[in-house]
Amino acid sequence: MQPDAGAMAQAAVDVLPALILAGGAILIIFYALFVRRTLQVWAAALATATLAAAGYAVGVFLGEPPGVTFFGTFAVDGVNLWATAIILVVTVLTVALSVEWFDTDARQGEYYAVVLFSALGAVLLAGALDLMELVIAMMLASVTAYTMAGYHRRSRSSSEAAIKYFLLGGLANGVMVYGVALLFGLAGSTTFSELETGLAGADPLALVVGFGFVAMGVAFKLGALPAHQWMPDVAQGAPAPAAAFLLVAGKVGALVVLARLVMVLPEDLLGWRPVVALLAAATMTLGNLAALWQDDVRRLLGWSSVSQTGYGLLAVVAVGRSDLAIPSLLFFLAAYALGNMAAFGVVVELRGLTDRGAYRGLAGPHPWLIGGLAVSFLSFVGIPPLGGFAAKLLLMGAVIDAGYTWLAVLTIINSAISLFYYARVLGPAYFGAAARPRPVLGRWAGAAVLVAVVGVVAIGVVAQPLAQAWGALSLVGR
Amino acid sequence: MLTVAVFVPLAAAVALLALPKRREAWARPTAIAVSLVPLAVMVIAWIRFQLGSGFQLVESVPWIPALGITYKVGIDGLSLPLAAMSALLFTISMIYPADLRGKARQYFAAFLFLEAISLGVFLSLDLILFFVFWDLSLVGMYFLIGIWGHGDAQRSALKFFLYTLVGSLALLLGILGIYLSTPDRTFDMVEIIRTNPVPATGLASTLIFLALGLGFAVKTPLAPFHTWLPPAHVDAPAPASTILAGVLLKMGTYGFIRLSLQMMPETFQRFAFPLGVLAVISILYGALVAMAQTSLKRLIAYTSVNHMGYVILGVAAAGAMIGPESARSLALTGATIEMVAHGLITGALFLISGSILARGETYEIGAFGGLAARSPKLAGFTMLAAFASLGLPGLAGFVAEFQIFAGTLGVYPWLAGVGLLGIVITAALFLRMIQQVFLGELPPRWEGWRDLGRAEVVALVPILAFVVIIGVVPAWLVDVIDTLSRNLVGS
Repeated sequence: MQPDAGAMAQAAVDVLPALILAGGAILIIFYALFVRRTLQVWAAALATATLAAAGYAVGVFLGEPPGVTFFGTFAVDGVNLWATAIILVVTVLTVALSVEWFDTDARQGEYYAVVLFSALGAVLLAGALDLMELVIAMMLASVTAYTMAGYHRRSRSSSEAAIKYFLLGGLANGVMVYGVALLFGLAGSTTFSELETGLAGADPLALVVGFGFVAMGVAFKLGALPAHQWMPDVAQGAPAPAAAFLLVAGKVGALVVLARLVMVLPEDLLGWRPVVALLAAATMTLGNLAALWQDDVRRLLGWSSVSQTGYGLLAVVAVGRSDLAIPSLLFFLAAYALGNMAAFGVVVELRGLTDRGAYRGLAGPHPWLIGGLAVSFLSFVGIPPLGGFAAKLLLMGAVIDAGYTWLAVLTIINSAISLFYYARVLGPAYFGAAARPRPVLGRWAGAAVLVAVVGVVAIGVVAQPLAQAWGALSLVGR
Repeated sequence: MLTVAVFVPLAAAVALLALPKRREAWARPTAIAVSLVPLAVMVIAWIRFQLGSGFQLVESVPWIPALGITYKVGIDGLSLPLAAMSALLFTISMIYPADLRGKARQYFAAFLFLEAISLGVFLSLDLILFFVFWDLSLVGMYFLIGIWGHGDAQRSALKFFLYTLVGSLALLLGILGIYLSTPDRTFDMVEIIRTNPVPATGLASTLIFLALGLGFAVKTPLAPFHTWLPPAHVDAPAPASTILAGVLLKMGTYGFIRLSLQMMPETFQRFAFPLGVLAVISILYGALVAMAQTSLKRLIAYTSVNHMGYVILGVAAAGAMIGPESARSLALTGATIEMVAHGLITGALFLISGSILARGETYEIGAFGGLAARSPKLAGFTMLAAFASLGLPGLAGFVAEFQIFAGTLGVYPWLAGVGLLGIVITAALFLRMIQQVFLGELPPRWEGWRDLGRAEVVALVPILAFVVIIGVVPAWLVDVIDTLSRNLVGS
């Protein structure tokens, strides 16, 4: 097929939010190259402007009917647009958390370009309808992620996190490319729509291996078993604002693309639903058990993030079987993203304070910050009326509806377990004798925490507009 | 109007947190004044309540219509007495002196928050709204015990939170099950009670019933799900124990009636007998273990397990669908009166235990003796509350327990017979406690023992007055509750 100029132009318009992100990132690279050190911090403003412009474009597109663009390789549907919106919000918050954190870093200008590129990778993931597009998005998101994790060059823990992240990621991505090649060989195409027909009579064993390998790459981005190990490492070692971003943005894109990918599979040949269910069960349970006795708050957040991935996979288990699947997916992503930004934001605002013991009695001198931490933790547990509750309610409703009641029961057991380790931080913070105030980072980080916390509460309390917008969504082509 | 009762305390709780520290002294008077608002609302609601009809004074606003979630509150013969009793207990427990640890604003904010939440649980007519309040009650109580408790408060608070969270998450599963059975996907409790959408038999109904049952059994608590209760009660500050026993435990029994019995009566019938057996086990176990306690507060805590057993026994008899309707109606009325009576009586007993701790710095019964001579008011109030608790005729506990057992005898005579032993044991243990603490010789270390102060008397008199009033002229309460029992059992 020889694309003509008109179709190219239309395609370029259809992916405008992504193009804006790419353009902004390139602009920042040049800005950082040519501007003197004291002005580097304004790269953050440029990044914010870029994100705002991309957000505006998303807003415009939301009113339009869903469609497939870029020659069948990219979905412009509500799910992609809302996932993009979530990623953009997360990125804005990351920028706000980073301004003061990287203030003394001579290379801070380029950092924002890397952040934008990483966000772009996540956005492209959320719309991927083609295996090659999936690979490119995954690579873009991953390569930038390694850079962000290791941005503190002189910090041993940052470098360690980056290397571990890179090694696991390199393996996962390599395996994924191999899987893509297998699926391409089986179906004769890489676009999802043609995979669906092409895989119909495929050899089941080759299909299992091919899809398994692709899923391995997606699981890495998601932080799902068996490629989850980077999450606690990155949470603990990467620069805290970068860690906040890395734990969230990629997961948003990956969860959406996984939902699209499984729908392609012929369910009669490959019973993927029980497999994803088992993966979800193992991921949430392992994440929770590993978090139980953590004394490092950032590592604890990393493990809790793994368990959250497990909850998110419930939406994928139910996709195509329950009309609650898509709303639950988006509610989960929004609530998890904001909750994680809030929790990490508090850590950032406390200048990376990560020893559990150091939080003892901090509710006295820092009532608002610890209050924010409490809100985000309680949201993770699923206490109403916070966002995490709305998400879990819908997720469990979706899997019960899809015939997986045992997963809902397991979710509940895990939620109760998770309360234990969250309370190990919150309990001493509130019940210990009032401690001396800790130095805090600054206003921008504080503002980011406030926005994220308000968002967590709002998703649960003012859920109607979201439920209305998301209730009617479906994946494009379904 | 009912909305006011929920949101005024809630708004005041937030406002109290924002109060400047130098105005710390305003916290208590403000909180007490604010708590009079829901109390007044309940009095008005009682006056306007029409005997014989179903849900009344309903207020409803769409909340998340896309998911069938509504903000809906209202009262009926079950929720009105419980909400009114809760409003009274909250005002009283805020009047009662407590060790505030220099955090008066936060303490009273927590109480007002918990008041809003507790009233919300009883008034909600939407399952999600109900669950929101239900779960927040755990959060509020967790902080109350953890921050203002004594002993190993942090551990007890966590144990309480974890246990009851497991229960409430099970409840959430049950609620989801009911929701997914409704034809047009709604959480509206009135609608669900009217249509009973869950099929009477089959695996789904069993699972939903058991999930709900686990949630309520933990909260009530029924043996063997009660193990969180003694440490939580013992380490909580006395006014918080009062709220925990008086109000929060009622949420469990309320749930058994409102959700299990009203929403799935046919499934309830299948499980009525096992539930009754559990109730009798709770009655006997609670009484026997209370008998073995040397700590005053633990003793009261275990009598709560025993009394909640009476309530569940009455509910089980009411839902059994065998035996005469009048007997089942009687049992349900008795169970509901017992909820109110236990709230008042045990609330008073816990407040008294707080006064004893403040003076003697121990709960050990053996450390006391002859206190009646030093503190006639304390002794008098304690004896009144204890006699009410053991079911002395003329007091509230008797009215409740008489109806429960009279009703249950017509349905499950054996269970009623065995359960009656509980009353005998409770009588023995309370009499022994009174004898050890207040009679006999006064140990020399209590020579300087003070009698109750003014605030304590002001708080205890209204509760105990109601205990006597319900015992002597129960008609005004029974009539309201009968509205429910008749609708439900149909006699």
